[in-house]
Amino acid sequence: MTMTETKPSENLNIVIVGHVDHGKSTLLGRLYADTGSLPDGKLDKVQAICKQQGKEFEYAFLFDAFLEEQEQGITIDTARTFFMWKGRQYIIIDAPGHKEFLKNMISGAARAEAALLLIDALEGVKEQSKKHGYLLSLLGVRQFAVVVNKMDLVGYRQDVFDGIEKEYREFLGQFKAVPAQFIPVSAKLGDNIANRSTTMSWYSGPTVLDTLGAFSKEAARSEQPLRLSVQDVYKFDARRIITGRITAGRLKVGDHLVFSPSNKRANIRTVEAFNIEPQPTEGQAGQSIGVTLDEQIFVERGEIASHQDHLPSVSTAFRANLFWLGKRPLEKGRKYLLRVATKEVDCEVASIHRIIDTMDLAQQQGSSTVNKNQVAELTLRTKAPVAFDLSASFEATGRFVLVDEYDIAGGGIITELVHDDQEFLREEARRRDFAWVKGEVTVEDRAQQYGHRAAVVLITGGRHTGKSFLARKLEGRLVADGRHAYLLDGENLRRGLDADLSEEERGQTTEMARRYGEVARLLTDTGLIVVSTTNPFGLAYREASQAIRTLVHPAPVIAVHMSKTEEEPPPNTDVVLSGPTDFDAATARILDELKRRGVLAQAIGAKPIFQYSI
Amino acid sequence: MQHLRQLEDQSVYILREAYKHFDNLGMLWSMGKDSTVLLWLARKAFFGHVPFPLLHVDTSYKIPAMIEYRDRLAREWRLNLVVGQNKQALAAGMNHTMGRVECCTALKTNGLKQLLENKGYTGVILGVRADEEGTRAKERYFSPRDKHGDWDFRDQPPELWDQYKTTFPPGTHIRIHPLLDWTEINIWEYIKLENIPFIDLYLDKGDGTRYRSLGCAPCTTPIKSTAKTVDDIIEELRHTTVAERSGRAQDEGRGMELLRKDGYM
Repeated sequence: MTMTETKPSENLNIVIVGHVDHGKSTLLGRLYADTGSLPDGKLDKVQAICKQQGKEFEYAFLFDAFLEEQEQGITIDTARTFFMWKGRQYIIIDAPGHKEFLKNMISGAARAEAALLLIDALEGVKEQSKKHGYLLSLLGVRQFAVVVNKMDLVGYRQDVFDGIEKEYREFLGQFKAVPAQFIPVSAKLGDNIANRSTTMSWYSGPTVLDTLGAFSKEAARSEQPLRLSVQDVYKFDARRIITGRITAGRLKVGDHLVFSPSNKRANIRTVEAFNIEPQPTEGQAGQSIGVTLDEQIFVERGEIASHQDHLPSVSTAFRANLFWLGKRPLEKGRKYLLRVATKEVDCEVASIHRIIDTMDLAQQQGSSTVNKNQVAELTLRTKAPVAFDLSASFEATGRFVLVDEYDIAGGGIITELVHDDQEFLREEARRRDFAWVKGEVTVEDRAQQYGHRAAVVLITGGRHTGKSFLARKLEGRLVADGRHAYLLDGENLRRGLDADLSEEERGQTTEMARRYGEVARLLTDTGLIVVSTTNPFGLAYREASQAIRTLVHPAPVIAVHMSKTEEEPPPNTDVVLSGPTDFDAATARILDELKRRGVLAQAIGAKPIFQYSI
Repeated sequence: MQHLRQLEDQSVYILREAYKHFDNLGMLWSMGKDSTVLLWLARKAFFGHVPFPLLHVDTSYKIPAMIEYRDRLAREWRLNLVVGQNKQALAAGMNHTMGRVECCTALKTNGLKQLLENKGYTGVILGVRADEEGTRAKERYFSPRDKHGDWDFRDQPPELWDQYKTTFPPGTHIRIHPLLDWTEINIWEYIKLENIPFIDLYLDKGDGTRYRSLGCAPCTTPIKSTAKTVDDIIEELRHTTVAERSGRAQDEGRGMELLRKDGYM
């Protein structure tokens, strides 16, 4: 018996989904047996176990390797098996159909490039048939065929098959999913699996095996604009290598890259690789690569590199379709960790627009929670700006997961950019940074020379809470420690740079904050640690601090909030000081935060060792 | 070759995720073909460097050529090699005649648990593949283990796209499986493509036998084969219908299921 006809030239991941008991495992067992793909040992082992337990051998048992599962007769987790057919290696993911195990079905389908969806001819279209069909679409599995199984139980009748096809096509049509094929089969008896059925002469379409053969590898994403998600920055030797996966497009040595959301830019100097001769000079979608740049810019994991003419979106909010798998419901207002490609950032659910019932795609309005296994439309708001795409244009940078406590608890696709109030300033920062004229001295040069990185310490709070006093004390302490720090007092701007503003304009925050932010941006470019307060903005400090943040990005902002009594600090506050202040202790806490954020090296006087990769 | 590069890209991505997220990370190396390919992939991912220790759980019953090979590569590739051993069980005379599952549990599972506990590893990279046997077919790329090192295969966390489980409660750890999608043939094709040095126990040296899977000397038997080169092995595997681990005694009956639930690799 031979398993292979030709040398394998590609792998294709296929997931088998459908309602529980509609015959997925049997289909697989049959497919393997009829293509001669079963290792001898495996068949013997399963047959021996069946005999021992006194039950008839079934093809399904081959794929339910755990004995517990065989006793229950359902697949608990996704199992992966392999078989080779006509020069292609298929990785078959058998996903459970029971609704209790939806998270496993989703884990299985998320890995797939194509799917077979099974429907029992006798039972017809069931709840999970619909849910799985909808989720395949949400997960981005666009190639799939519908296999109508157990045709032997309905006397191989064409009208039954046609009825199921009509009903299910209508359902799929509502979200524009189009299956490659509907195939009538009997997995148990082997009709239309590998061999053409002799009992269903009315069907002239392809068998399951033919259909698998007709599935193509994913569309060439390398023809799209470039997306490289920065995974890490390595400095194991003299090379400083930016690594990541190219999720779309291609790049080559000499390309000018823009990193979003930091707006940092540099040219690719080399493409690095181990044991590849000659050294590569380009890369394309799918590859995990490493590049060095012609300039030592500081970029971080989570940024997306692209070419300048096709930038990703940047915002702190987006609208999405999400499925929830968490043990506890998703709640409006709760904090979750958002992961988009390699970016990780805290977020909260700003609003839940509606819950989608996958049975009839009806929409229920006005819920404040999303329960396990539900699908919803919602808006997420992040703590810091994130670079992303709409999933309709870019798959990998247009989808995300939410982490609740320790586990991935949900996932989804981004459907719409939500404009936030910082958009105008962010656009200004982007234009400004792209045109920024640099000298010969780089940020890294300054950091090495000064022994620290640039940052803004921004002290917020109401009147008479000791902000100015703390700011002066901190500046003094930093300079005494040998740091390059500067107290930027708003009063000095008010009478100088802001002298042209009318009394009315000075009463509003917008323009004052913009100018203040641009000055802070210049000072951080000189490598200084800028110590500042929101005094000039009075009680509008929340709005002002957001604007300053946007304009000095990506320099770290260490936000310190002072209040006489307990009160809610502005979002993203790092150090909260409430009640009577011990200024020495407060200064020490801010210094610790500067160390934690990698602004200060750990030991004063020692050669700076930064906590993050440079 | 394209399919091997795709597998490589995925494994490299997983290795880099592991390195980014785990402060105390180790990679299990048994010197077999799979974990040696894994080691090679780490050199790929980190551009010739291996920035974490290689862990070997030494049962003392390994085939001597494996130990020689281990020490040679560790020297040549400047590896940080950490060897663990369940000395207590060995002192008490543990061997396979006391029961295969018992012996594997004591010397491998518990040997590994002791090593992880002593060194406080929170992430352990292993070279298991889904096509090896049934329980491994159900693994996640990032698979949590509880405080006792046990695997709750009934309630595994979701794994979506390229997002893996990288956060975990204190006292637990994560097993990382970058080779999950590779098959036995892929391993040999890749060894050939990259010219990776491997132990010649995998080849027939004239007596018509070779090892297909390497383990402890008493519990691993060679198969009948005349494969003298990597090409011969690939050709042989294309036509075999015998399971890879048929020469591994602990797989008989419910052996692997019981072992892996309790934290066996």
